[in-house]
Amino acid sequence: MKRSVYINTNGRLSRKDNTLYLESETYGKKPIPVNNTQEIFLFGEIDLNTRLINFLGQNNITLHVFNYYGYYSGSFYPREHLPSGFLLVKQVEKYKDEYERLKIAKEIINGATHNILKNVKYYSNRKEGLDEYVERIENERKNVKDAKTISELMGVEGRIRNIYYSAFEIIIDGKFEFKNRTMNPPDNPINALISFGNSMMYSTVLTEIYNTQLNPTISYLHEPGERRFSLSLDISEIFKPIIVDRIIFSLVNQKMIREEHFDQELGMCYLNEKGRVIFQREFDEKLATIIKHPKLNRSVSYRRLVRLECYKLIKHILDEEEYEALKMWW
Amino acid sequence: MNLVTGTEINYYFVCKHKLWLFTHGINMEHNSDYVDIGNALHEKSFTREDKEILIDGRIKIDFVRNQLEIHETKKSKAMEEATKYQILYYIYYLKMKGVDGVTGVIHYMDNHSKEEITLREQNEEKIKQIIEEINKIKEMDKPPQKVKSKVCTKCSYYELCFC
Repeated sequence: MKRSVYINTNGRLSRKDNTLYLESETYGKKPIPVNNTQEIFLFGEIDLNTRLINFLGQNNITLHVFNYYGYYSGSFYPREHLPSGFLLVKQVEKYKDEYERLKIAKEIINGATHNILKNVKYYSNRKEGLDEYVERIENERKNVKDAKTISELMGVEGRIRNIYYSAFEIIIDGKFEFKNRTMNPPDNPINALISFGNSMMYSTVLTEIYNTQLNPTISYLHEPGERRFSLSLDISEIFKPIIVDRIIFSLVNQKMIREEHFDQELGMCYLNEKGRVIFQREFDEKLATIIKHPKLNRSVSYRRLVRLECYKLIKHILDEEEYEALKMWW
Repeated sequence: MNLVTGTEINYYFVCKHKLWLFTHGINMEHNSDYVDIGNALHEKSFTREDKEILIDGRIKIDFVRNQLEIHETKKSKAMEEATKYQILYYIYYLKMKGVDGVTGVIHYMDNHSKEEITLREQNEEKIKQIIEEINKIKEMDKPPQKVKSKVCTKCSYYELCFC
């Protein structure tokens, strides 16, 4: 399986002969096998040139850039290597038909909130006081199927998310204070972890979309192409609870992430380099986790589940099989 | 008549669902061992020949000997019929272009056997039919029903089909 490369140091990334090299003060000159790489995350201050960009393009490698604060800046999304004009037209058709769009959006929310509920239930077996949240989420979830518009659906999703976030303090035994979700910028450690994790998830989904015929700008739950590759935001919703939130809970509960892993200034809070490295390691491991897929009768990694989500969407778009979002079965 | 490609003839025999997907631009990345084996086989065998002759972007002949003999290398007889018709189609295609008297040889590398192929009248009729059917499948607005068979688990479309 191809790897994801996380670069946290400062230095220079370049093409040398037919492979990649990272030069940095910390590690010296280190080769990165190109055939074994599917995406690169840049967190440090890295010099690179068009020769490298062209080479990444040739090898279908996506590059995700993050700024000093670990905040997502953008991606190099190479020229489509698996284009299908036919599928693109169909993908747009499903967006333009309001009923069809809402159907897909609802299924995404169905999956996302199922997975949220699954998390809360998992911890309610271990910690006191979560049953009430389970019940409230279950009640709110009933409204998903009745939503008449995307904004109504977003409203339901927002309320579920608020209930979910208010359960966070119990799940993490109050190790950090967490009252509200704030972004741009995050104001406390938990918000910093959520923001960071979500942007990692977003980039990972984007790489998986790149390896299919789906167009990343045409989405159903989020408005298409608004600032971001919005299909990536759509699919991320399903995986955030399974991957990002679970990592946050276990890192905090096992005290692997502590106050000292954050930089706080002027009411802003960010994971520092040490913290990011810890998160990335967990993230990478989580994506490599293998489970048995009952329908395929084959073992697949969590990362592969993201790809399968794309495949299911393709089949739906082709009118071959109704889309059913991933609902954690394990 | 809309001419088709050699790959399309092959897929027609292997799986019509795959044929539809393939002709609508739904390709899979090739990262399976079978594809690697196939590629290595083509690369490492018959190295003295001029290989991979692409004609009109439609058919790709492995190599040619004695002017009128087209050769194809395959790993095994697993897809015998598909392979046979692929070669018959090449011969037919060349005939349509005015090259008469072409014959074919298929080399099966796993048991070092070979099979000689000649285009007969009844083959020609069958090929015309197949081309028509391929074009019908291509025009369908959604993929034909998939049929699960024992070759599915080795196919690069397996996960797409059955997830």
